[in-house]
Amino acid sequence: MTRSSSGLGNGLGDTVVLVRRSLTHILRSPDTIITTAITPVAMMLLFVYVFGGALDTGSDDYVSYLLPGILLITVASGISYTAYRLFMDMQGGIFERFQSMPIARSSVLWAHVVTSVVANLVSVTIVVLVALGMGFRSGADVLAWIAVVGIVALFTLALTWLAVIPGLTAKSVDGVSGFSYPLIFLPFVSSAFVPTGSMPGPVRAFAEHQPVTSIVDTIRSLFAEQAVGTDVWVALAWCVGLLAVAYGLAMATYRRRIS
Amino acid sequence: MTTSATLGRASGPAISVRGLEKAYGELQVLRGVDLDVAQGDIVALLGSNGAGKTTAVKILSTLLKADAGTATVDGHDVGSEPASVRGSISLTGQFAAVDEILTGRENLLLVGRLRHLADPGTVADDLLARFSLTGAGGRRVATYSGGMRRRLDIAMSLIGDPSVIFLDEPTTGLDPQARLEVWDAVKRLAAGGATVLLTTQYLDEAEQLADRIAILHEGRIIAEGTLAQLKRLFPPTEVTYVEKQPTLEEIFLAITSGTNTSASAKEN
Repeated sequence: MTRSSSGLGNGLGDTVVLVRRSLTHILRSPDTIITTAITPVAMMLLFVYVFGGALDTGSDDYVSYLLPGILLITVASGISYTAYRLFMDMQGGIFERFQSMPIARSSVLWAHVVTSVVANLVSVTIVVLVALGMGFRSGADVLAWIAVVGIVALFTLALTWLAVIPGLTAKSVDGVSGFSYPLIFLPFVSSAFVPTGSMPGPVRAFAEHQPVTSIVDTIRSLFAEQAVGTDVWVALAWCVGLLAVAYGLAMATYRRRIS
Repeated sequence: MTTSATLGRASGPAISVRGLEKAYGELQVLRGVDLDVAQGDIVALLGSNGAGKTTAVKILSTLLKADAGTATVDGHDVGSEPASVRGSISLTGQFAAVDEILTGRENLLLVGRLRHLADPGTVADDLLARFSLTGAGGRRVATYSGGMRRRLDIAMSLIGDPSVIFLDEPTTGLDPQARLEVWDAVKRLAAGGATVLLTTQYLDEAEQLADRIAILHEGRIIAEGTLAQLKRLFPPTEVTYVEKQPTLEEIFLAITSGTNTSASAKEN
């Protein structure tokens, strides 16, 4: 058994090997991607075909109005699988095996994070395809689409690092999935389903100053080929800020876990 | 069992531990552990549940940091050179650290790639054959028996030729047949020249496998030596004559490995 190379420059290579492993997990249980997409799709059907007629959003195309918020809900529910996969690695002992091997230690976490972004983008794509079937149309050009993918990926990255924390610390499977419920609920108190102008004062103040509203408004403007204005900077600031805080907390949790 | 441990060696010990202490909050688990393991030896760390065996192994494999004391593995300090230690060791934890969703062969390939082997496929096939898993190599590990999992687990630990192998309670929770399979696997590890530190709460396991035995009790090593040396610590044996009855384990193994006719006779 010869080693073709060694040293610390292999962090990226180790991450690639481990990403392949967790993507294999997903390919062998594709239900995790399907179930991630099913709830948002059901919500979309419910809001468009049941509530949609009674909601006055100032838009005659409610699917297109709704889609940005639905995409964020998809991500918020998808990341709970990341926490679950990490939790299972911790439980089974394979986490300790990796940690005792001569590999870049952080690659174990990064592999789960990269896998999460890939899996969530696949789920988001499924939801967009269903929306197209329901009449969603956008004349957005390639650049606008790239911007949408970029914002969704950044949002996924931030929430994924947040999901790493329960993945590392949870004592049971229920504890792992429970943390994502408030995140799934957040879009309901935002501009995702109805304009914030219709909400009573305090609720409206909350809705207009939480991350989901600026992100939803940015994606909606990009889809509608309108100027994104300052929304995009607020959205990016939220995503990057959330990412920095979540990453810091996750790494602190991780260090406590291995000392 | 060899007595090679008693021979002098030119190079230093594979594992050297001095005054190791570790507490979890108020609970003092290790209270100053001293231990030397010579290269190529199989040493059993024997102790009851909660004696601190797993904690000691975790510190030596760089998964935990000690509160006080020093430990070197293969000449590297676990506190200041953890990356070098990880390059020399492999750990088989208390619970089989295998990926249930992957096949047995994929598990071996995974570790081979993480160890940057030039040809992980050949190494994987070779190990499957050595551990009698060739037929099961293409099946998902979720379908494996406890003994098969442990064998795969140990096979994964051999990839990359680590010079020091830690086995934390390798046979806990296994049935007698699987236990014998694992013992056989451990004996072959030592034949390959690796240093093995295994923890166990079973006296017969230590007796069967180890060149030397260290007894960990209440956070300290209270006795250490070869089985013969440890026996000398006790009063001379009194010779009595007892009719030899088969043990329940011998009966169990005889029945379960016997022909189908005896099994079906029992059913009728």
